[in-house]
Amino acid sequence: MYTQGLDSLGKDCLRDETRDGAALESRFQARVDAEEKIEAKDWMPEAYRRTLIRQISQHAHSEVVGMLPEGNWITRAPSLKRKTILIAKVQDEGGHGAYLYSAAETLGVARAELVDQLLAGKAKYSSIFNYPTPTWADVGAIGWLVDGAAIMNQIPLCRCSYGPYARAMVRICKEESFHQRQGYEIMLTLARGTEAQRAMAQAALDRWWWPSLMMFGPTDTDSKHGAQSMRWKIKRFSNDELRQKFVDTTVPQADYLGLGVPDPELAWDEAAQHYRFGPIDWSEFERVLAGHGPCNRERMEARCKAHEEGRWVREAAAAWAAKRSAVAMQAA
Amino acid sequence: MNKEQDWPLYEIFIRAKSGLDHKHVGSVHATDAAMALEHARDLYTRRQEGVSIWAVRSADIVASDPAESDAFFEPARDKIYRHPTFYDIPDEVKTL
Amino acid sequence: MTPEVRYVLRLADTNLVLAQRLGEWVGHAPALEEDLGLANLSLDLLGQARLLLARAGELEGLGRGEDQLAYLREESEYFNLTLVEQPNGDFGDTVVRQFLFDAWQLGLYEALVASGDAALAAIAAKGAREAAYHLRYSGGWLVRLGDGTAESHARVAASLARLWPYTNELFHDDDVDRAAAAAGIGVLPSALAPPWSVRVDQTLAHATLARPAHSSFVWYGKQGRHSEHLGYLLAEMQSLHRAHPGASW
Repeated sequence: MYTQGLDSLGKDCLRDETRDGAALESRFQARVDAEEKIEAKDWMPEAYRRTLIRQISQHAHSEVVGMLPEGNWITRAPSLKRKTILIAKVQDEGGHGAYLYSAAETLGVARAELVDQLLAGKAKYSSIFNYPTPTWADVGAIGWLVDGAAIMNQIPLCRCSYGPYARAMVRICKEESFHQRQGYEIMLTLARGTEAQRAMAQAALDRWWWPSLMMFGPTDTDSKHGAQSMRWKIKRFSNDELRQKFVDTTVPQADYLGLGVPDPELAWDEAAQHYRFGPIDWSEFERVLAGHGPCNRERMEARCKAHEEGRWVREAAAAWAAKRSAVAMQAA
Repeated sequence: MNKEQDWPLYEIFIRAKSGLDHKHVGSVHATDAAMALEHARDLYTRRQEGVSIWAVRSADIVASDPAESDAFFEPARDKIYRHPTFYDIPDEVKTL
Repeated sequence: MTPEVRYVLRLADTNLVLAQRLGEWVGHAPALEEDLGLANLSLDLLGQARLLLARAGELEGLGRGEDQLAYLREESEYFNLTLVEQPNGDFGDTVVRQFLFDAWQLGLYEALVASGDAALAAIAAKGAREAAYHLRYSGGWLVRLGDGTAESHARVAASLARLWPYTNELFHDDDVDRAAAAAGIGVLPSALAPPWSVRVDQTLAHATLARPAHSSFVWYGKQGRHSEHLGYLLAEMQSLHRAHPGASW
């Protein structure tokens, strides 16, 4: 059961917290420690609820904004097979956004409110989608790298302590693996193609490599929410652990393509059994996060435009349904 | 700009194949029953996940309260005589 | 090009062009759920288009595959109905275009399952199931918009008036149609008019929309004479493919 009765949940929390907050909180933590799932109407600390709403809604916004850079190529996909795959893929991103909004709503927040926050520029979404897709190879690179990084972030979330989020992530991860594979297949075809295609693939890898590494968030020493989220089992691995895992998995894939990773310091460390990589330009990360990435404005404008231009449609459907139920009431 | 309300929420239940129960999969927003089914179909059965969909207005669902879960579900705990393993039957006795 | 090939290409191109138009919506629909809905329509039509292009290529016997046919033909070699190349406009325009088309396509496929061409009959059987769902979707939206708010009624009534004249072409028989029908592989367009009218009138009534008056306006997109919109659509669709002759993707 998803959202019903959640207004009263907020009140219950307050009442419970004033009565016996500490006991409830330690019981909650004990349940989390025992790997029990927390469900929508269960008691939870207000900060846990807020953290989840923030994280799940950011994740949902990212999926929805993420439809745009790849959607940019639906009309120009170079074969009918690729067009078909791309439409299905972008559609999936929309679906993932819907699963996640649905999970966020179980925490007692309306989707309209979350969308308003996004459109007002008050909510964050993954900065990666503020980069442009100038060539077809970017579609391949996004699938391979961006979806690859997303999967690495998301697989641990399937075991997140909050049930509705964990279940949404199970569904999403199942679908994402097709996304990554289709992206790699595009890269492989380009890498084995004409000289122009190979150059296109290399340029896309150059563009997406560093932003993909930034997707894992700030280094552990600078991460704001890390420790508490780990305690609550919302998060299972640190940003740096996941980033390292991504590099270790992805570099051999780039080698197989015969493409170069744009990092002169990249080297295999035999003793540690890891790739060592160069420093990340966090000033770029901060800049894009602050709204000064190449496409922040375009992405938000596109979302706002769709929302505004769709308003009369949403209103019409609601008005029609209201009329129908009025007729049904009269008939009864 | 006046605040826009979400379309009402429907809980969605899918039967994966005939012979199985409908199972809750999530929710969709829709203005009416026909739209709820279409949205559920587009969202939750893109990969042949189902052969039948139920959509129920979320507001129409009555749920037990977690605060009462002890009162609701604890009493069943000590009624172990309801389970077949409670009874000692000699191994020689078959098909029982 | 034989009339049979041309007949199948008409069906293929009509699906392809409409799928392309619907693909433009993905990420920009009035609600997230409609992004998914419109994408599904696009995918169904694209799937049918690919099967039809493959069949046209086989019948033609020149070794042209789906991509060669889709990406390397000029505007005048495209034989889609003019209705489907009309721009998306607002969501109401898209719904009206879709509804008028779905009602036609469902009737077409219901008749085409009896085609003497087994491949075409099989595509029609698959397509009829999809078209039935599409009609449910577009018809449902037409009713909501037509009988929704004063604004939505006015908008969708204007869309209907704008797009209605293009429906004449849907039921116009020409030599290609007559030859395909005579060969037992195709259906005469004029035969599809009565069931279409029944479906359309029913839904228009629910939508509180009046059926526009008949006009004598006819386009001949299916003969390769298009409105100004198709050129742009194809330029966009074919640009990358044409920029890399002979490349694989």
